[in-house]
Amino acid sequence: MFYIHCPYCDEYRDEEEFAPKGQAHIARPEDPETCSDEEWGAYLFFRDNPRGIHHELWVHAIGCRKFFNITRNSASYAILETYRMGEQPRFSAEHPEGEPAEHGAAVNVVDEAGRVAGQEGVKA
Amino acid sequence: MSDITYGQVATFNTHPEAAIPSESPLSVAFNQISVSTPAPAVNHASGVRLEEKAFLGHLILRGGAIVLDEAVRKVLGISLPGQPLGLALDESGERSVQWLSPDEWLLIVPGGEEFEVEQRLRDALGDAHYAIVDASGGQTLVSLEGEKARELLMKSTNYDVHPSNFPVGKAVSVVFAKSSLILRRPAEDRYELVLRRSFADYLYRWILDAGAEYGIGVQR
Repeated sequence: MFYIHCPYCDEYRDEEEFAPKGQAHIARPEDPETCSDEEWGAYLFFRDNPRGIHHELWVHAIGCRKFFNITRNSASYAILETYRMGEQPRFSAEHPEGEPAEHGAAVNVVDEAGRVAGQEGVKA
Repeated sequence: MSDITYGQVATFNTHPEAAIPSESPLSVAFNQISVSTPAPAVNHASGVRLEEKAFLGHLILRGGAIVLDEAVRKVLGISLPGQPLGLALDESGERSVQWLSPDEWLLIVPGGEEFEVEQRLRDALGDAHYAIVDASGGQTLVSLEGEKARELLMKSTNYDVHPSNFPVGKAVSVVFAKSSLILRRPAEDRYELVLRRSFADYLYRWILDAGAEYGIGVQR
């Protein structure tokens, strides 16, 4: 049983409240009309199945009902981090011990600015 | 019926003007149980007291925190809880706003006020990007009081309801008795459950069963 930290509710909740939604960070091709069948098929159907660190999309179905990402080790079941939509993971197969803080900080600044701008947009 | 159109949104008062009797989501359970085995009455030995606060006005507010906070403060004088899982009440304790998700809040007002509050919020919000949905018919509020109320919750949900994790002014949406509901703590000695209409009958029977050992009593 996982004990998952929801980045929106900002507390740990039981796995029972969550639902997994597959691999995270799958970008839809910018222009589907010009995609080859192979590119489109890869986008629709083909998913990674690594032994080790994997980024997954989950939804807090019974809590705040928001989607977010989990970095999880599929071999040990350890959850390394959870992070909001639009943010980048700190742990990855290339950086199993976590990326250097500078890089992570830069990502957060971009995200913070984006969120503040979004709120001002709502107010206007 | 007093229909008013705000931009593209047509609103209407969900309270029927004709004298149609309203039934709370728990009316079937109340009546059926009272036919077979009467719902237990409250007495001095009741460790838990259950009371349904039927026909309150439940409004779902969606939009940016800043605009909604301004509007709710202007209309009701309550600040929108900015922190996740927050619950804010007005001075009388009859009106409350709770955090549901980063862009969603639940506003509960006394029954019959909801249409007027909705209109005043729409006036205050103007052209902002938002949504207000009247969910009054879809859910009901049940209050649990008494010294054994927390033990009843501990039997029913795996959420940690110890005061260190669940202080006054917190509201969470959780798994409860294999179903789900919103659990709120507006006061030191009182818990509130917001039940969906379709789950209300089942959850009411669960709570009576779970509370039997504490001598649960139902306030009617």
